[in-house]
Amino acid sequence: MSATTVVLVLGDDVSTDVIYPGRYMATVLPSETPQYAFADLGAFNAKLKEGAVPAGSAVVAGKNFGCGSSREQAVSALKGHELVVVAESFARIFLQNAINLGLRLVEAPGVTAAEGDELAIGPAEVVNVTSGRRCAVRPLPAARQAIIEAGGLIAYTRRRLLALAGTR
Amino acid sequence: MGMTVVQKILARAARKPAVAVGDVVEPAVDLAMSHENAALVINQFQAIYEGTGLEPTLWDASRIAIVFDHRVPAESPKTATNQKKIRAFVGAKDIAKFHDIRGDCGGICHQILPENGYVRPGQVVVGTDSHTTSHGALGAFAFGIGATEMASVWALGYAVNVEVPATIKVNVTGVMPPMVGPKDLILHLVGTLGAAGATFRVLEFHGETIRQMSTSGRLTLCNMAVEAGATSGIVPADAETLRYLKDEAGVLEAVHPVVPDPDAAYERVVDVDVSALAPQIACPHTVDNVRPVGEVVGQHVDQIVIGSCTNGRLDDLAVAARILKGKKVAARTRMLVFPASGRIYQEALAAGYVADLMQAGAVVMNAGCGPCLGVHEGALGDGEVALSTTNRNFKGRMGNPTSDVYLCSPAVAAASALAGVITDPRQEGER
Repeated sequence: MSATTVVLVLGDDVSTDVIYPGRYMATVLPSETPQYAFADLGAFNAKLKEGAVPAGSAVVAGKNFGCGSSREQAVSALKGHELVVVAESFARIFLQNAINLGLRLVEAPGVTAAEGDELAIGPAEVVNVTSGRRCAVRPLPAARQAIIEAGGLIAYTRRRLLALAGTR
Repeated sequence: MGMTVVQKILARAARKPAVAVGDVVEPAVDLAMSHENAALVINQFQAIYEGTGLEPTLWDASRIAIVFDHRVPAESPKTATNQKKIRAFVGAKDIAKFHDIRGDCGGICHQILPENGYVRPGQVVVGTDSHTTSHGALGAFAFGIGATEMASVWALGYAVNVEVPATIKVNVTGVMPPMVGPKDLILHLVGTLGAAGATFRVLEFHGETIRQMSTSGRLTLCNMAVEAGATSGIVPADAETLRYLKDEAGVLEAVHPVVPDPDAAYERVVDVDVSALAPQIACPHTVDNVRPVGEVVGQHVDQIVIGSCTNGRLDDLAVAARILKGKKVAARTRMLVFPASGRIYQEALAAGYVADLMQAGAVVMNAGCGPCLGVHEGALGDGEVALSTTNRNFKGRMGNPTSDVYLCSPAVAAASALAGVITDPRQEGER
């Protein structure tokens, strides 16, 4: 189990336009995108930029987090702050981008929290230590486990290429 | 047990006799599309090769398409520099399916790919854009991926660890009433299914209404399948697909439709009868917040937008021109039109639509994504309201988080432009 503090609570259908507004999409490098994480949520964005949000802090959201655009900046921006996203469910492309870049996602249908709550996140359940509520974790797609274990898709693809080169 | 269209496509692409829902396959990719985010794909592609001693090598440059559309012409030095870097890469790697900022062959990626005959039935198409689902209109399995996943495809030529998705069959019957079209059907469907109602599923479109529908209308349907969370939308190829490819996309060689087995297994079947369908509006700030137009008539609109990969084709502009010809856009409303490609722009010029729209007061912009994603060309002021034929109305989508975006068909957009408020186009005809 890992302990974390909830720093932001959002509802259902949080789109990638909210996570990383389209007007910042010309910024592509993972080293530069974190400054625009939740850019339109001014107060939270300011806290992130001040370094006032510790690595490993949790964003808790409802269903279909990350819906909309395939923009990978929405993932690299959150990854840059080492946030953990705990949501009832995720949109497909966001989920796959997160696995590919190594952003930690926890799918926990029914999860609820308030800002400042303490969570204990384990492989099978999320415990809201503050409210006492427990919630089962739905495992990430089995098909993607190999990418998670490799540390992301760049490392995974590199390994595949080297294996191919070795057999030639 | 028979297979759905997508199962058949994946079985072929993964060189297996059959695949079942949930199987993990690595399908060979037939076409890999990116737009300006190719700048990030190039970065990630080079990162894959770091420390390997291998030369970064595209698996097949002829299967890669790059189309500039999201920020054309460039709105900032940063974008222009990204585009410059992509051009250099395209030149160095001999990527022929490259569409720069041009009036003859430029436009929105989801229009450029079909109109140039790049997409064929039975293909596996991936794109670094969520609306890559559009290309299912031609009977391909087409889905959006992120930039790092595209970099992996560029290196390997296949998509890694793809789970065969379940399919929802959407059976559409009835004849659409006047002033009701494919956009109203897909908005209705997204409203019915919900924004996550088809997540990790494919929407396979069937029924007499679909058989009678043009490829343009099918592109509108499949484009917005992702707004219900779907991995892809697909219309099994038929006579209309063959007609479009031959007559409009200039495909001369034989095309082989892939159709589902009669005993294919669907997760569920959704029946829609369009014969009494009203024009539909998606209200702020989710695409599934859909209501019949009658519930929102009278809402003031500051900016009308007609265009995008959803509704920027010739038939869409024709509907708008027919409604606006000889009339005037309301004084306190501005109207922007974005044809989906340079080719469509020229066809609209030749047909007189551009003159009709401009004389009514509309501003006809260059082909591209325009204000849909809130980058440039048509920002909204604080608290302003847009009514748009695009595909998303999320908070901040058009660049201003205090604005409201309503989504609709070209007919509703044009009728509303005249009145300056959301208007039922079925009534507009009687005025």
